[in-house]
Amino acid sequence: MITAARPEQPPAEVVNEPRARHGAGRPPRQSETASEVQPMIAELGHYALMLALGLALIQGTMPIVGARTNDPVLMSIAAPTALAQFAFVAMAFTALAVCYVISDFSVLNVFENSNSQMPFIYRLTSIWGNHEGSMILWVSILTFFGALVAVFGNNLPAVLKANALAVQAWIAAAFHLFILMTSNPFVRIPQAPFEGQDLNPILQDPGLAFHPPLLYLGYVGFSIAFSFAIAALLEGRIDAAWARWVRPWVLGAWMCLTVGIAGGSYWAYYTLGWGGFWFWDPVENASLMPWLAGTALLHSAVVMEKRGALKIWTILLAILTFSLSLIGTFLVRSGVLTSVHTFANDPMRGVFILAILVVFIGGALALYGWRAPLLKQGGLFAPISREGALVFNNLFLTTACASVFIGTLYPLALEALTGAKISVGPPFFNATFGPLFIPLMVVMPFGPLMGWKRGDLLGAAQRLLAAAILAALTTAAAFAIEQGGPVLAPLGAGVAVFVMAGAVTDIAERTLVLRLPFRAALQRAIGLPRSAWGAAFAHFGIGVTLLGIVAATAWGSERIVEMKVGDNLDIAHYRLTFAGLFGRQGPNYHDLVGRFTVRRMNGDLIGVMEPSRRSFPSRNMTTTQAALMTRGVSQLYLSLGDPMQNGNVAVRLYFKPQVLLIWLGAAIMFAGGALSLSDRRLRVGAPQPAKTKAALRPAG
Amino acid sequence: MTRKRRRLVLIGSGLAVLAVAVALMLNAFRDSIVFFNSPSDVVEKHVPPGTRIRLGGLVKNGSVVSGSNLSVRFEVTDGKNGISVNYQGVLPDLFREGQGVVAEGALDPGGTFKADSILAKHDETYMPKEVADALKRSGHWKDDYGRQAGAASGGGGK
Repeated sequence: MITAARPEQPPAEVVNEPRARHGAGRPPRQSETASEVQPMIAELGHYALMLALGLALIQGTMPIVGARTNDPVLMSIAAPTALAQFAFVAMAFTALAVCYVISDFSVLNVFENSNSQMPFIYRLTSIWGNHEGSMILWVSILTFFGALVAVFGNNLPAVLKANALAVQAWIAAAFHLFILMTSNPFVRIPQAPFEGQDLNPILQDPGLAFHPPLLYLGYVGFSIAFSFAIAALLEGRIDAAWARWVRPWVLGAWMCLTVGIAGGSYWAYYTLGWGGFWFWDPVENASLMPWLAGTALLHSAVVMEKRGALKIWTILLAILTFSLSLIGTFLVRSGVLTSVHTFANDPMRGVFILAILVVFIGGALALYGWRAPLLKQGGLFAPISREGALVFNNLFLTTACASVFIGTLYPLALEALTGAKISVGPPFFNATFGPLFIPLMVVMPFGPLMGWKRGDLLGAAQRLLAAAILAALTTAAAFAIEQGGPVLAPLGAGVAVFVMAGAVTDIAERTLVLRLPFRAALQRAIGLPRSAWGAAFAHFGIGVTLLGIVAATAWGSERIVEMKVGDNLDIAHYRLTFAGLFGRQGPNYHDLVGRFTVRRMNGDLIGVMEPSRRSFPSRNMTTTQAALMTRGVSQLYLSLGDPMQNGNVAVRLYFKPQVLLIWLGAAIMFAGGALSLSDRRLRVGAPQPAKTKAALRPAG
Repeated sequence: MTRKRRRLVLIGSGLAVLAVAVALMLNAFRDSIVFFNSPSDVVEKHVPPGTRIRLGGLVKNGSVVSGSNLSVRFEVTDGKNGISVNYQGVLPDLFREGQGVVAEGALDPGGTFKADSILAKHDETYMPKEVADALKRSGHWKDDYGRQAGAASGGGGK
């Protein structure tokens, strides 16, 4: 329907006309059809969103009444309304997308954030490069997950499914209302300007295509765990099967969040011009907190699924994880923080999101306090056991999460209460998060080697002997090679290697690769559950990331100097020569490019690096485009300062050893998650073994 | 081990980790919190030399002097008082005279502020919130800052 109504692209001569600023008189439209049909699209989107709100209200009430009164007809309303709601939200999203693609600047949101000269891909991604559009993306993903539960939840008990979809609808209704009342992207400008204001140049980057959607898939994916937790509390019973239904959703969300965070980190790394990959910026912390809680949830759900223990804790974690996602949304969207991610400061929005927070988090925790004692605990285990190791994991992850939480919110609370303005910077997080995370890393390889219920610590230690020796050798080698770096860095590298070798040991022990003939071991490797492979991959990935962080932070080098043409600059074992400056025109920007040749110390030419200063006339703004040269997994990183009158340039040159491991590790974690997700036992919609029927009996 | 003792072990180890975390946090808070000050704050509160602070205000027009080897000297003002700032390195893209700036560092005994970082903000109209508030307090807020800041719905710096 929408596509049929789409008019032709604006004629080329319109694009090339001098820019008319906002408020300038607008010539009559070129095409009569455009003026008749085009206005429909935004209104259609607006209307679809209202219908979605109505559907969400139905989906949030009827199934719950049905679950209470045991009315199968009312309960069965949930699934089709979830699908319809998604269809309408998708329609609203598509409408906004069409407005962006055809550059309909009579829509205020498009006018403020787009420009007809921007490349197509950025016209599309600027949909979510602003507050209103990113909220539309948020609800699109939320209702998408709701629809997935509706489609793949055939094996769920009817009551659980009805309740969970209803809770999902409450969240959706709150955010539909938020968009319609405070952040409507479909608002029109009476006098449509001829050209848009352009997207913030910082956001004109391929990163915008991936980072926000992945992050939101993660954030919002945890809403499923939340809805299931609330549904279980409403129903007042829970069993091991609950964990099996919830785990794939948590895993999927966790995977997306992992690569979303890593992608954002890489984006910041190459965009901001000084090669930092993590800033402990409140907005980054807002995404790290749900990740930490979600990682804990992933592990506690394993205990619950396999051993029926930690049920109440898992429910609490499910609530907390999504609560942290909501808090993240609040921090970023309310304008209490100022950062690239904060698009607008409208106090009404802040109050509205705060109200959503209070209602959902407060309500969920109150329900938890009231109903959780009714849930039956189960599954005994000794402190030294697989369960014990997973409890250890949960303890440290949640404490680390709490330290990030306090460091992020303390300045806000202090300013609200006393008016004093402080900043809690990286030193705080390094001094709290680091010491809490390292023990977790050291213990991690032991976990998978321990038996359920009662583990053999000595046996596990013996099997990890090779890994420990490898770690010790790494530490010694690092000490010997990298003299003068931070003292703790070689130890950090040792821990990273221990984690990686521990993951390999786990697989070697399970396949008996060193004891059986190769063919037999291969058979065992194929027979191994994919979730075991997944865990080993994810753990290995964490080690890889840690190694990258340690190496890039501790052993990198930097040069900040002024150069004139012909000057040489040495770093690590490379020599850069400044060959000159030249200009280059892009579609909606102008580059001032510095050309540098890179040679080995013996004179062999390796390549050229061309960092630039990119100016965007539409916003009168200049950004730094760093040049990166990859050598193995290390990188040379070069950025330009403002050119001086005498033709010299200030340059910042960094050598970042092993820096790519940081993001490679995240990719390995993602692969681990994907392997685990493909495990037959976890596959969404896989037929349940007959025995789950028995497990579904009331557990109280 | 009985169920009760197991639970005690769990709760005990949980509390122990929490205690360690609290100790770490308190310790880190003592060392790593940096207060934001306007030039008037610095003068009125007699911020002692050597204390790490963030100094925010406007870069005074005509005050930027570049020295050799990327060193730069400028004055940060809130209209009432001004503090002279020394910095060595590459200034952020949007560092301009008359624009808001946040410098982090410490005063030296001579009263000059030695900055080791100048906060990189990424929007031509963006004004750090702390600077805007400080300017409002000192009565040097101009309405067009507000209009600019409002129009800059594209965001700020990282």
